[in-house]
Amino acid sequence: MNNIVLLPVLIPFLVGVILILFRNQLPIQRFVSGVTTLGLVGISAYITYLIYQDGIITLELGNWPAPFGIVLVGDLFASIMVVFASIVAAACLFFAFQTLHPDREKYYFYPFFFFLLTGVNGSFLTGDIFNLFVFFEVMLISSFVLIVMGGTKYQLRESFKYVVISTFGSMFFVIAVALLYSVTGTLNYAHLAERVAEAAQQGQSGILTVIAILFLIVFGLKGALVPLHFWLPNAYFGPPTAIAALLGGLLTKVGVYSIMRTHTLIFTHNQDFTLTIILILAGLTMFFGVIGAVSKFDFKRILAIHIVSQVGYMIMGLGIGTTMAIAGSIYIITHNMIVKTALFLFCGATEKVTGTTNLKKMSGLLKTHPYLGWLFFVAAISLAGIPPLSGFFSKFALVLGGLEAERYFIVFVSLVVGLLTLFSMVKIFMYVFWGSPSLSPEEVKKTKVGKLLIPGIPLVIISILMGILAEPVYLLFEAAANQMLDPSIYINSVIKE
Amino acid sequence: MKTNYLMLHTITRVVSFIILSFSIFLFFAGHNNPGGGFIGGLMTASALLLLYVSFDIKKIRKVIPFNYPVIIAVGLLITIITGLNSLLFGDPFLTQYFEYYNVPILGEIELTTALPFDLGIYLVVVAIALLIILTIAEDDS
Repeated sequence: MNNIVLLPVLIPFLVGVILILFRNQLPIQRFVSGVTTLGLVGISAYITYLIYQDGIITLELGNWPAPFGIVLVGDLFASIMVVFASIVAAACLFFAFQTLHPDREKYYFYPFFFFLLTGVNGSFLTGDIFNLFVFFEVMLISSFVLIVMGGTKYQLRESFKYVVISTFGSMFFVIAVALLYSVTGTLNYAHLAERVAEAAQQGQSGILTVIAILFLIVFGLKGALVPLHFWLPNAYFGPPTAIAALLGGLLTKVGVYSIMRTHTLIFTHNQDFTLTIILILAGLTMFFGVIGAVSKFDFKRILAIHIVSQVGYMIMGLGIGTTMAIAGSIYIITHNMIVKTALFLFCGATEKVTGTTNLKKMSGLLKTHPYLGWLFFVAAISLAGIPPLSGFFSKFALVLGGLEAERYFIVFVSLVVGLLTLFSMVKIFMYVFWGSPSLSPEEVKKTKVGKLLIPGIPLVIISILMGILAEPVYLLFEAAANQMLDPSIYINSVIKE
Repeated sequence: MKTNYLMLHTITRVVSFIILSFSIFLFFAGHNNPGGGFIGGLMTASALLLLYVSFDIKKIRKVIPFNYPVIIAVGLLITIITGLNSLLFGDPFLTQYFEYYNVPILGEIELTTALPFDLGIYLVVVAIALLIILTIAEDDS
């Protein structure tokens, strides 16, 4: 019992509620939300430290014992995700202060920002599959509001599709949960893990595999795996960059997190089949994602489609299923949250300077805005996986894990995709930053981007540090992967005899 | 031609009070019997909605000048704070406490922390239901 694991869920919720009351006092809203997100980064880092030291922390809400009541479980993987989600949220928030139109800010941007964070952190920390659904809904409903905020024609059209698809996914989610409950009679992760193993031995393996795939489809829809990714690029293109960066940095990762959680803890009965499916999906996802990115000529769109491609890498580690590969997966999720958000923020800064996101309409920004150019360059090659940045080591762990497990084809695909990623990033860099300046000196003086870069700088620094300090970072992620691959640790810490 | 709503208005005045009082009964009937904040809240909302429908939105807005978003926030705050108070006793979040007391006229009553929690939910449900309906209703005017 330790209430500290509740804080990443409770604080954003409480602050979001309080901010509803200060709708028209923007300075108060900004100050409170800024302090809160920075505080959250600190608290979640402290929780991770505690878990690293003393093992998994659980909290039985309302003092009801574990398989019957609702539990929050903080293991290493979950708490690492919470830390990075908080960092991403803080960066996006400080970017939003400078770029968001006050009208949008007044339309409950900050409350819904915090409700989104509640949903995201709740999804990471919950130890109960129905509560995962509830937190998913909290997150999705907030994201509906954020994605349509401003109400331009394009946004309305694309977010309508997004809402319909998400609702459809949620419906499947409930059906899958109901099916799982009817087979096992429980909803608690740890209890489910025990019951699924028992039921599989009693000859119910077939129906459990169906349920596992059903969950894979549900989470794949949220996480944008390839046949189910079509909603993402357009939906993330519409809203202002601060919001697109937030959603791009957080939402798909929650889907990926859920896939990894359910397939390492609960559905371990028929891994030959499920992990092969995941591996195939991973290959398709990264390949078609990057092909989409290569073909586009719009800054924001390329970044949005790249999210899809990177999701492929994340579940590739799960599909390989060794400690090293899963550690690589966690590495690439965290790396991607940081770097993708940074790229989105730099895209927003570029848009502020040039007034467009079309690559063909801009050039030569490196001469007029050198800091923006070089910061983008570092983040871009980090995404593509050039040493010594975080992208290299995360892919290195994945590739090495794949080779050790003799999954040569997926390794080959991932390397080709890495090359194409580099190509699309260099394409952006060449069009936007090389060439003769397209802006006149007067225009350059008018648009100052110095302040806009501040939220992105810590992200770039984190990416560099995650590369230079790869050894300790990898050891932390390896500890998390070991915890995931041995479900008995999780089960024993939730259900005490 | 101006329609006369005399019948509707007269009945609404009586019926809305009946619904309101029943909703309060339902609210207090929860959490051990059927009822509670959610159902009570919906029923209160329906009573208020009846007023909005039979009279006029503008008129009722003068009579009940509530700012619904603020009510939602207050309701949520009450709920969270009820959950938080268990932290003071070192128990997990949302732990509930109850005690039976003998009150002279009412007899034995149960005092529980579930009641303020339900009150929060009641406020949220009333405000959300009315906010949604009124927003849609105002849209085409």
